[in-house]
Amino acid sequence: MKFFNHIPSGPLEQKWDRHCFELPLVNPANKRKHHIIVVGTGLAGASASASLAELGYQVKTFCIQDSPRRAHSIAAQGGINAAKNYPGDGDSIRRLFYDTIKGGDFRSREANVYRLAQISNQIIDQCVAQGVPFAREYGGLLANRSFGGAQVSRTFYARGQTGQQLLLGAYGALMRQVDKGGVRLFPRHEMMDLAVVEGQVAGVVTRNLLTGEIKSHFAQAVILATGGYGNIFYLSTNAMHSNASAAWRCYKKGAFFANPCFTQIHPTCIPRSGDHQSKLTLLSESLRNDGRIWVPKKSGDKRVPENIPEGERDYYLERIYPSFGNLTPRDLASRQAKFQVDAGKGVGPTGEAVYLDFKEALERRGKNFLSEKYGNLFQIYEKITGENPYEKPMRIYPAVHYTMGGLWVDYNLESTVKGLFVLGEANFSDHGANRLGASALMQGLADGYFIIPRTIARHLVERSSLEEKKVKKALEESVKEVQKRLDKVLQIKGGKTAGAIHRELGYLLWEYVGMLRNEKGLIQVITAIQGLKDQFWKELFIPGEQHYKNAELEKALRVADFLELAELMAQDSLERKESCGSHFREEYQSQEQEALRDDEHFCHVSVWEHTEGKKALLHKEPLEFKEVSLSVRSYK
Amino acid sequence: MLLKLKIWRQKRGQKKGSFENYEMDHLSPDMSFLEMLDQLNEDLVGQKKVPVAFDHDCREGICGSCSLVINGNPHGPHAGSAVCQLHLRSFKDKEEIWIEPFRAKAFPVLQDLIVDRSAFDRIIQSGAYVSVNTGQAPEAHSILVEKAKAEEAFSHAACIGCGACVAVCKNASASLFVAAKVSHLALLPQGKVEKKARVLKMVKQMEKEGFGACTNTGACSRACPKEISLHSIARMNREYFKSIF
Repeated sequence: MKFFNHIPSGPLEQKWDRHCFELPLVNPANKRKHHIIVVGTGLAGASASASLAELGYQVKTFCIQDSPRRAHSIAAQGGINAAKNYPGDGDSIRRLFYDTIKGGDFRSREANVYRLAQISNQIIDQCVAQGVPFAREYGGLLANRSFGGAQVSRTFYARGQTGQQLLLGAYGALMRQVDKGGVRLFPRHEMMDLAVVEGQVAGVVTRNLLTGEIKSHFAQAVILATGGYGNIFYLSTNAMHSNASAAWRCYKKGAFFANPCFTQIHPTCIPRSGDHQSKLTLLSESLRNDGRIWVPKKSGDKRVPENIPEGERDYYLERIYPSFGNLTPRDLASRQAKFQVDAGKGVGPTGEAVYLDFKEALERRGKNFLSEKYGNLFQIYEKITGENPYEKPMRIYPAVHYTMGGLWVDYNLESTVKGLFVLGEANFSDHGANRLGASALMQGLADGYFIIPRTIARHLVERSSLEEKKVKKALEESVKEVQKRLDKVLQIKGGKTAGAIHRELGYLLWEYVGMLRNEKGLIQVITAIQGLKDQFWKELFIPGEQHYKNAELEKALRVADFLELAELMAQDSLERKESCGSHFREEYQSQEQEALRDDEHFCHVSVWEHTEGKKALLHKEPLEFKEVSLSVRSYK
Repeated sequence: MLLKLKIWRQKRGQKKGSFENYEMDHLSPDMSFLEMLDQLNEDLVGQKKVPVAFDHDCREGICGSCSLVINGNPHGPHAGSAVCQLHLRSFKDKEEIWIEPFRAKAFPVLQDLIVDRSAFDRIIQSGAYVSVNTGQAPEAHSILVEKAKAEEAFSHAACIGCGACVAVCKNASASLFVAAKVSHLALLPQGKVEKKARVLKMVKQMEKEGFGACTNTGACSRACPKEISLHSIARMNREYFKSIF
C-alpha cells in the first residue's frame, strides 16, 4: 500500500501557516453534523475533545479510568517546553526545533518538529489563561528551568506536578463542553476494536468495564489518544492500566506502526526493591539541575556513600560530557548508568543503582531552595525508600518511561486508515529516536489543542460518504469479533495468570530489547516471545466472567496484544542495523561507547504493515534534512 | 511478615456485602500495600477464586484512583499520602488489617472496594473552570500573578479528586474538594471574572449530589493525601456569601 506524509511544500517556517490556510473549512452549521470519537482523556485526548466541541463538532469521549482526570498524563512531573525565551538566554523557535531534532538523533521529520516548536508558545498562553498555576518569579512573571539536552532554560513548571496541572486545565475545558452538551463522556469504557469500511473509519466498539456490555459507536472520524506502550516491559513508570490495545487493534485494521523499537528508558527512577515490584516510580529529570550523579571509582566498593571520599567518586556524566554534564539527554544518561553498573560500580543493596547527590546544592543554596523546587519529589523518594535525600544521596536507576514509536501518521496526524487520527504518545511523529524532557506535554497539547482541530477538516470535507448498510454491517461484525475474542480467552482453562506471563515478557524485553541490543539476542528473543505467546493461549486462566468488573480479563486481553507487539518491537530492533538515540545496537558503537548512526542506510522511519497470517511488512519513509545538517550528536 | 486481612467483598448489583478473612504470609516490609493486594489476587486466581476488585492506576499518589479505608482511615495511617504510597513497613507482623471502600451516600459501592465517584465530575462540570476557548488566550506574560498567590493557588490546585475528604467526614461532606477548586481559581486573576457564578453553581451541585454539610471538624484536611488546608473551606464560604449579597 502506498502512503504519503503530506508535508506541505515551501520554506520550513511557512509550512504550517500555509497549510492552515490551504486546508478546507467546515461551515459552522455543518460542524454539528459531524460525529467524532476521541479515545483517551490524557493531555492529547482531553484537549482535542474540548477544542473540537468548542468548534461545534459532536464529540464522544471514552476513557478507561473512572474519571477523565485520572489519565496518566496526570503523573508527568517536570515541565513543559516552549520557545518563549523569557529568560533571554538565546532561545528561539529555531533553537527548540534544532534541540528536538538533535535530541531525537535525527530520526524525526523536520516539518513536524518545526511546527511543534512554533505552537509551543501558544500552549503556554492557553494554559495560563485556563488558570494553570505555573511557577512564578517575584515580579509575577513566569519562571523557567532547564531540562536535559538543552543549554537554555525553557521549561515551564508547576512544582513537580506540571502534568497534573496541565491535565486538570484540559479536563476543566473538557467538562465545560460536557456541560454544554458538545461532549458525551464514557468513563470506564475500553475501546476494543475499530470498524473500517473501504479503508475509512466507521466507528469503534467499546466494552463497559463495569458491566461488560459491548457496544458499537458510529463516527465520521476517530481520534486515538491512548498513550504509549511502555507497560509492555511489565515494569515501567506508566500507570498500571496504560496499554497498547487500542493502538494495536487499529494496527490490525490497517493503521501502520512506526519505529516500535524506539522506547525511552528514563535515567532517574527509584530502583526496584524486589520481585514483588508492580511498577517503577520516576523522579523528574529536573533533579539533574542540582543533583550530581556519581558512582565509586573502584568497582565492588561497598562502603556507605558518606565514607567514600570526594577523590574516590566518579561523577561520570560530568567527566564524559563536560559541556552538558548531568543534563545530557535521557538515552545517554541511562546508558552510562548501565555501563557503570555492568562494570560492577553499582550501589545500594541490589547493586543496580547510581547515586544522585544533592550535597553540593544543599551547601550552596540551602534546604529551603531545594524544598521549594523539588519538595514533592524528595517526599516521593522518602515514602518509597524510607531514606531522606537531604541527608543521604538518592539511589536511582533507569526505567522504561516513554515510547517514541507508535502508530504512523502524516502531517495531518492521520494514520493509514482514512479518518483515524492519532495524537500524543500514541503516534510516532515528533521525537525521533529519543524524546527530550518536558517535550511530551508539549506534543500532547500541541496535537490536541492546535493541530487536530484544524487538520481534521480535510477528512470531514473530503471523505466519501459510506453506505449506511455497509457501516452497520462493519460495526456488527466488529462487535462479533470482539465477543469471539473474549470467549476465546475466557475458554482457556490453564493455570497461569496473565500477570505471570506479562512478567516473563517484561523480563525478556528488558534483557534483550532494553538499553543494549544485539543481533543474537534479538533473534533469540523473537523465538522466546513466540513460545510465550503459545503458552498464553494454552495455559492462561481467568477467573469469573465477562459481565462485571473483571480486572483479570482486562489484563489478559492487554497482555495478548503486548505479546504480539513485542515481536514487532524485536523485529524492528533487528532490522535497524545502526545505533541511534534510545536504540543502541552493541555491534554499532564507537570506541568511546557512543552510538554509531548509519545515515546512508537508516535515515528513515520504519513503517510496519500488518498482514494476516504472515510476517509484518516493512515500508520505509525516507527522512529528508534540508534545514539541519546530519551530524554526530555530541554533548561533550 | 504475616498479616491478617479483613476485606470488604460486595458483588456487583448487591446492596450489601461483608468482610472476608484472608491471611498473607512471607510478605516483605518493602512491598507496597497495593502490591500485597496484587499478591492476594494472584493467590486467589491460583485457587480459581474471584479476586478482590479495587481501583488503582498510577501508584504514585497522583491519579487519585485508589479509594481504600484501612483500619478506619481513608488512605491508611500516614498523613499526606495515598494508599498506593503506603508500604508494609508501616504495619506490625501479625497485625489485623480492616480494608473497606470509601463510604458515603454520594459514593455508592459498585463492587468490592470500588465506588462510584462520578459526582465529583459533575461538580467540576457545573463550573469549575475558566471559560476560555482554545486559541482565545492572550500572551502569557500579560497576566501577572504574585508569586505567593501562585504558590497558594497551586497548593489548592494540587487536589487529586480521590474523595478521602468525603470518606473521612462524619457528614460525608465534599466541602474540601469543592473549596480547593473554588480557592485555586478565586486566587488567580484568570479565575476572578467568573468567581461568583462558579462558587454558587458548584455548591448547588454538591448539595444536589447528596453530600452532607460542613461542620468544620477538619478531619478532611488531615485525611487529604495532598494536605489541602482547611483555609480553603473558609475561603469558599467567604466567596459564597460575597456572591449571594
